[in-house]
Amino acid sequence: MQDNLQRSSYEQLEQKSKYTNMFLRWFLYFVLILFASYFIFPLYVMVVTSLKTMEEIRQGTLLTWPSSLNFDSWLVAWGGRGYGAGDTFLRPYFWNSIKMVVPAVFFSTFIGAMTGYVLTKWRFKGDQWVFLFLLFGCFIPFQAILLPMARTLGALGISNSVVGLVLVHTVYGIPFTTLFFRNYYVSVPTELVKAARIDGAGFFKIFFKILLPISAPIIVVTVIWQFTQIWNDFLFGSTFSFGEAAPIQVALNNMVLSSTSVKEYNVDMASAIIAGIPTLIVYVLAGKYFIRGLTSGAVKG
Amino acid sequence: MKTLKIEELSKNFGSTEVLKKINLEIDEGNFLVLLGPSGCGKSTLLNIIAGLETINEGNVFIDDYNVSKVEPKDRNIAMVFQSYALYPSMNVRENMIFGLKQAKVSKEKIEEQLEKVSKFLQVDSLLERKPSQLSGGQRQRVAIGRALVREPRIFLFDEPLSNLDAKLRVEMRREIKKLHQQLKTTVVYVTHDQTEAMSLGTKIAIMNHGVIQQNDTPENIYNKPSNTFVADFIGSPSMNLIKGKLKQSSSNILFTVEGANFDIPINSYDFENTSQLDNKEVYFGIRPEHIYFKKTNDDDYEVNLIADLSEYIGHEQIMTFNFANQELLAKFPSTIKIELNKETKLYFDLTQISLFDANSESRI
Repeated sequence: MQDNLQRSSYEQLEQKSKYTNMFLRWFLYFVLILFASYFIFPLYVMVVTSLKTMEEIRQGTLLTWPSSLNFDSWLVAWGGRGYGAGDTFLRPYFWNSIKMVVPAVFFSTFIGAMTGYVLTKWRFKGDQWVFLFLLFGCFIPFQAILLPMARTLGALGISNSVVGLVLVHTVYGIPFTTLFFRNYYVSVPTELVKAARIDGAGFFKIFFKILLPISAPIIVVTVIWQFTQIWNDFLFGSTFSFGEAAPIQVALNNMVLSSTSVKEYNVDMASAIIAGIPTLIVYVLAGKYFIRGLTSGAVKG
Repeated sequence: MKTLKIEELSKNFGSTEVLKKINLEIDEGNFLVLLGPSGCGKSTLLNIIAGLETINEGNVFIDDYNVSKVEPKDRNIAMVFQSYALYPSMNVRENMIFGLKQAKVSKEKIEEQLEKVSKFLQVDSLLERKPSQLSGGQRQRVAIGRALVREPRIFLFDEPLSNLDAKLRVEMRREIKKLHQQLKTTVVYVTHDQTEAMSLGTKIAIMNHGVIQQNDTPENIYNKPSNTFVADFIGSPSMNLIKGKLKQSSSNILFTVEGANFDIPINSYDFENTSQLDNKEVYFGIRPEHIYFKKTNDDDYEVNLIADLSEYIGHEQIMTFNFANQELLAKFPSTIKIELNKETKLYFDLTQISLFDANSESRI
């Protein structure tokens, strides 16, 4: 009798905790979906608006689904309408950005790897000061260096050019890339370098044959970081370039803000998406290495 | 000709002196162990021999040739590291031949060396594997192989067994010993483990605070430590050092301890210098294993002591006795029963004792 009573109360408790768990679980999903929609909503509006005609935009609401899939505004955003003066479209500026971002990412990553290698494996007197000043470069507001940089670019004769932007982005990428590579190489045993020195490898051979082959995770992290920074940059692009040498973000701004006629929301939205696509592609392709590279760091044996 | 000679070598990092006027010589085929507590400078000394550290003063000679300013790769040495330091991106084969390739050795010669060494070390089935796919013992073997293929004049080992677990460490220790017996190469080996040092070395240099305390055969290091540091560092538990005074009369030399009701006659002790022994403050050193429960030799000196503490460790037991208010440890087989807090008869083996000057702490 006693036993039965006991058992039934246990069963009741079990039942109760089951319901509580179920409720909490559904609540969790509800909250997650709520936040997810909050974040996905702007993207939805952008995509949907870009597919509508101006007619539809004027008549419907933000959320209305387009009546037909109409990619005209994408074509206009990319290639223009085909008439002469005042027709701004993204294609040439997209290639400007590519021409800027590829060398800038390559050089800043490479130089960062080299600097990180020297700061950890070829220590010299005062190296921690060099590192400290490099770190300082990470925190300095970029607005503060606009004027001196403009003078420098002028003196070098590369202002208002893609080459100039490559230089600016390489220089201001180095503090970050160095920080990444230094922190990664710190966890690589220095005995590797010693062993290689005894084996007869020199400074560059050790870097290229021993350290670079094990740096894939941190290279991915650095490339994603630099690509995003440089591709999305507006400040340097708008300050140091104008007209035909401008990168895509500046062109996007000019397109959206300086059009004299009626606001074409569908074209604006399509342009904004085109300007954002390359970063998305980089994230999708290398995203899983990004997480792996951020969390791992140690190379064990 | 000395295979390795170190002359008046000093090294400092900033204002800290790491090595102070080190002198050291090794003959061909010897196995020298640098032994000492961490921070004594033994690894720095090894790095200097390898050429990985610069020298502040003094010189290093290999085969009578001054290599003080020679690059590591040109010193004809090879080194095995504690973390193995195998190149993670290369497989075993590439790891082992990396040095030969740098030295532009011919392909045929490289293949020949690789085959010989990998068979010898039984890693020939692992050649295509990456270091991450190897066990600790295999990694160690490959690291040794990488050193062997270069056929160096001197092998340098930097605590190569410290990363292995206890069982594997004993196994690899035996393998290194066999290796040395077969190849008869000259080795400098750094460790902080006295068992490793004792079992491997033909010579042991004990270091402390950047100074070599004693450089001798394992037997002499154990039996005739040259100062209290060496006496205390070697042996487990370490040597008992009992503070007292010497008393010299016409026929006798006695060791007396304040508060003890007996004096120990030490006439048979082999003094290095017999002048001014009377009233000298000394440490009387006797190892726990040289205190017996049964009289073994005729000269054994009998004392009555009270046991305070007993530590049972399986094959033996370590007993702590009160020797005129100083601790005295003794090691017995665990079959012997000794009661605590009761007088026990013990026998000191006076042929095995050491005496140290209490002020200079060096052997007398």
